[in-house]
Amino acid sequence: MVAGMAAVTFGVRYPVLALLSRSKLPDVVLQALQFVPAAVLSAIVVPMLAAPDGALALSVNNHALVAGVLAIAVAAVSRNLLLTIALGMAGFLALRILA
Amino acid sequence: MAERAASAGVMATVTQAAEFWRGAKDTLPLILGAIPFGVLFGALAMSAGMTVAATLGMSLLVFAGSSQFVAMGLFAQGVAVAVIVLTTFIVNLRHALYSASLAPYMRHLPQAWLAPLGFWLTDESFAVVIKRYQARDASPYKHWYFLGSALAMYGNWQLCTVIGIIAGTQLQGMTDWGLEFAMVVTFIGIVVPMLLTKPMVLAALAAGVVAVLARDWPHQSGLMAAAGAGVAAGVLAQRVGDWRASWRSGESRSAVPARRRVNDE
Repeated sequence: MVAGMAAVTFGVRYPVLALLSRSKLPDVVLQALQFVPAAVLSAIVVPMLAAPDGALALSVNNHALVAGVLAIAVAAVSRNLLLTIALGMAGFLALRILA
Repeated sequence: MAERAASAGVMATVTQAAEFWRGAKDTLPLILGAIPFGVLFGALAMSAGMTVAATLGMSLLVFAGSSQFVAMGLFAQGVAVAVIVLTTFIVNLRHALYSASLAPYMRHLPQAWLAPLGFWLTDESFAVVIKRYQARDASPYKHWYFLGSALAMYGNWQLCTVIGIIAGTQLQGMTDWGLEFAMVVTFIGIVVPMLLTKPMVLAALAAGVVAVLARDWPHQSGLMAAAGAGVAAGVLAQRVGDWRASWRSGESRSAVPARRRVNDE
């Protein structure tokens, strides 16, 4: 299992790097690539906030959503990663314990 | 002559080392976010019934946090190995997009560099390294920065897995502490400062909405659909923005070809 996982993971990370670094990419592709990080990370994060247990939960009782919005606000204002992690986690753990 | 070569060698080493340590240093905040995640992986793997060797082996050889969590969850449910491997492939497909983003900057590197850097590519290192590559300075050693970032993440991940394995066998109920949220706030801290332009905001919103709608799609294929929708929305928004800008300055532009035509005659 581990060997198979290792093989496919290396298989998606390396070959594209090896091939594409040897050829020129068209402008459309280069333009598209600049949106990749924001799109992928948002696609990972938003469902974990809006539907942490699988079902859509847009309410103040959803601790992940409340703490996530807090973290987004902290990140937008401070642009400081450490502060975002610290306050976001503190908010989430506080909600779990208190609420 | 030998002296000059030696001093040039020293200078190059200093710069490479400087890039290496800077890469490691810039990755530190992200490492902080990965610590609870790595510890939780080790602890959960123990309670899922994975052996210590398989747990460590996964962190050493696969080195992809979210796919390790998914694989461990599937393993605990007794899912077939082929399905676990296929799911790992899909969960990690986003790394191909990261590789494609980094590749144009890495043309000059031999395979001996590309293969290990490819192996060590993670969400976190990508976020830090792409910024370094996009910086305007012409440092020839930006791959050393990548290496520093990657090794810092890798070393930390192994250490946290070991701590998790030990904690998981010693502490009860640790897996209910909510440590998995550390990854979410880390990613928020990476994404939000990226959203400086309208197309970038639209890309993130489109990806987020589609990811929620497609969250039940099998084997996390919704993640790739959402990423695709986000990228498409961003490109489209940028095109519309560019088109509007050129329409507004239409008069001054049309004057240029007219002048050229005169010159041709």
